[in-house]
Amino acid sequence: MKRIADYLPGILYAFAAIVLAILVSSGIMLLIGNDPLLAFTALFDGAFGSVNSLANTLSMSIPLMFTGLAFSYAMKGGLFNIGGEGQLYIGAFASTVVALALQGAPAVIVMPLAILSGMLAGGLLGGFIGLIKVKLRVHEVIVAIMFNYIAMLLTSYFVNGPLLAEGSMTPQTERIPDAFLFTRILPRTQLTTALYLGLVVAVATYFFFKKTRIGYNIRAVGENPTAAKVSGVNITATTMLAMGLSGSVAALAGITEVFGKHDRFIDGFSPGFGFTGIAVAVLGNNNPFGIIATALLFGALNSGALRMSHAAGISSSMVMVVQGLVILFVATPAITRGIFKAVRVRRLAHGKP
Amino acid sequence: MPSIEMRGITKRFSNVVANDEVTFCVSQGEIHSLLGENGAGKSTLMKVLFGLYKQDEGEIIIDGRRVDIRSPRDAYHLGIGMVHQHFMLVNNMSVLENIILGNEQGNVVIDKQKNREIVQRLSALYNFEVDLDAKISSLSVGMKQRVEILKTLYRGAEMIIFDEPTAVLTPLESSQLLAMLTDMKKQGKTIVFITHKLGETMAVSDKVTVLRGGKLVGTLDTASTTPEELARLMVGREITFDIDKKTKQTGEVVLSVQGVKLMPNSQSTCSFDIRAGEVFGVAGVDGNGQQELEEVVMGLTGCKTGRILLNGKEISSMSVAARRKLKIGYIPSDRFKQAILPRYNLTDNYLLGNQFSDDFVKRGIVSHKFLKKRAGEQMKGFDVRFADDGQSMNSLSGGNQQKFVLSREVGKNPALIVACQPVRGLDINAIQFVRNTLLELRERNKAILLISAELSDLFQLSDRIGVLYKGDLMAVRPAEQYTNESISLLMAGREAGDADETDR
Repeated sequence: MKRIADYLPGILYAFAAIVLAILVSSGIMLLIGNDPLLAFTALFDGAFGSVNSLANTLSMSIPLMFTGLAFSYAMKGGLFNIGGEGQLYIGAFASTVVALALQGAPAVIVMPLAILSGMLAGGLLGGFIGLIKVKLRVHEVIVAIMFNYIAMLLTSYFVNGPLLAEGSMTPQTERIPDAFLFTRILPRTQLTTALYLGLVVAVATYFFFKKTRIGYNIRAVGENPTAAKVSGVNITATTMLAMGLSGSVAALAGITEVFGKHDRFIDGFSPGFGFTGIAVAVLGNNNPFGIIATALLFGALNSGALRMSHAAGISSSMVMVVQGLVILFVATPAITRGIFKAVRVRRLAHGKP
Repeated sequence: MPSIEMRGITKRFSNVVANDEVTFCVSQGEIHSLLGENGAGKSTLMKVLFGLYKQDEGEIIIDGRRVDIRSPRDAYHLGIGMVHQHFMLVNNMSVLENIILGNEQGNVVIDKQKNREIVQRLSALYNFEVDLDAKISSLSVGMKQRVEILKTLYRGAEMIIFDEPTAVLTPLESSQLLAMLTDMKKQGKTIVFITHKLGETMAVSDKVTVLRGGKLVGTLDTASTTPEELARLMVGREITFDIDKKTKQTGEVVLSVQGVKLMPNSQSTCSFDIRAGEVFGVAGVDGNGQQELEEVVMGLTGCKTGRILLNGKEISSMSVAARRKLKIGYIPSDRFKQAILPRYNLTDNYLLGNQFSDDFVKRGIVSHKFLKKRAGEQMKGFDVRFADDGQSMNSLSGGNQQKFVLSREVGKNPALIVACQPVRGLDINAIQFVRNTLLELRERNKAILLISAELSDLFQLSDRIGVLYKGDLMAVRPAEQYTNESISLLMAGREAGDADETDR
């Protein structure tokens, strides 16, 4: 059993990587004539400065929690699900259609039904990619990328045509009735109870891989497929299941966006949550709680970006640079450790502790 | 005058001392066997010499000059090469390409003709008979090893270190290798081979150095020692090679294989029964249907002809999981690939193959308490050396991993044990342990299917032995009715001439 103390080096290391990313991006800002102190103050203020900015940070991290967790399901099974984006669209779309079709019915029935339909749609898409991988021996990355296009363009067709809201200039569906939407935790913010769902899914994910036979089988296939097969695991079914679960959790990212923020399915509403989720899962070391922490970090960076560009006159793209540097430093331990070692050696040489 | 001297070598891995002030000297032109049990520090010592590890203390002197070997490249410059236990070959490249890889002749464009001539000359010199254009993936294990040897020769090694070279070979390939070693000695090469097998040490070496628990026990002239003395030095106590197998009444038929065709081009089908309390041995040269037999019994491959019954119940069409539920213990021939999850902890590994048992998993939820308790008990009972059940499988030594697999598979209390090459790669203590375990299971009225390449094991443990040749069961007889010669003939696909030797 691992205790919290065992995770400490990892947490310290992640922190060190963030500090490094801030230092390097400060250097870049200085080079292009910006004031890094002003920029990061604004960034911090925008992410944590007030109740509203904190709510904004949390709400921006929700979709990343889901896509990050989704990716970890596949990753544990040794699969690279780059199809989170497509699964997210299909899931959100299916949920929207169910909710719009059942207008007038009680919310206690419609909401779970809508969410489950969306998860089922995302899950089927993921599972189908798994099936193609095992049966036709095509790499899942290729298949998943293709299905991303299919899912995005198919939903785009529907909201541009048959399901386009009446009189709307933008491609989007009718508004989903208020009763079916996630409740706001704080008024006048986008923070909804979807946050709780994200935390519940994280705990469930932890439990699933730690305690259940199916979770164990997925991990066994990911670690050593031959040994898993010899032990009695059905590789085809387990691969499909891992991809299917991954797809249904990815779908939740789309569902919570639509039912929590946009209140309708809008064409191309995701700015690549499915892809960012990959980085979130990798940085979170595939651990559900690490993924939640990373999603919060990314949420904070995104939510602070706006303030940064307003207050310090720095392009919000700079946040992308910071994000990229965090990923770089966390994903390449050798660089981070090397830099810290070099600094320490230098200090010792100068006789400072 | 020794050509290589390693003096007072100490190598530590965190808090484990792998080599403790070991001194090791090799003279030019000799075959030197480095003998010791699993984990005695043999490989570590040689990896220091080959530049893969850096010693913490001690020095290496070559031809009277103190040297600093920091990498295999340095080692090759000093004329030292190494053939690893796990081959380091590129599977989809040809033999020639693999040999010259990293050391190609020619400036920008590789001079294939020149390279080929050099390699051909070397190959002919030692009678290697390797097809230089064959893809590595198409070669047998023995051939791959020859390619590895050619690689070291091509790089100009004068002294070659072999890390447990016979561990992966069939008996025939092993004897060919030993002959090759002698040839290489005649050409003036110096050979060090790491082993825990007494037979081959006695057969080819000039000198033998024994290590135990990371310490040097001594260096002896092979001619003036005996296997018994070496075994005692290696293990640290007297051990006996005789096994006490009691005659025993067998019970009901447990496993019945009826008319199963093992290989697509087998002449006939294969049928035999194993009763409770019986060890049924399967002999044969590797690749004659042993793999197919273990797979078809476990359900890893489908059974197209014939049927398989366990305790009278047909299992031919059952999934692997369903068969696992019937508690068949299975020790696969390739344990590293087929029986463990290297990076997962010991507890997780103990669940592998048990996850379909109701004792371990109730309504889909793993009962960790039961799992940990059972795993701990079994591992202790089988003397698996571990510090903490949270440590990863690959932190255990090879011998310990095998004991772990044995503890897990026997711990199920199965009616049938399928044991494939159960002593392969083990040291004397562990071999003795595995043999005793199998006999104890026989005492406890279990049925045991023992597939082994070691004839001595088959003769000592089995009640009856079947001989496989090209997927056909050549004969099934009580073990004492075979002689070494008659079984060898059957393994080569020939019947003994005697009319009174009847089959089945």
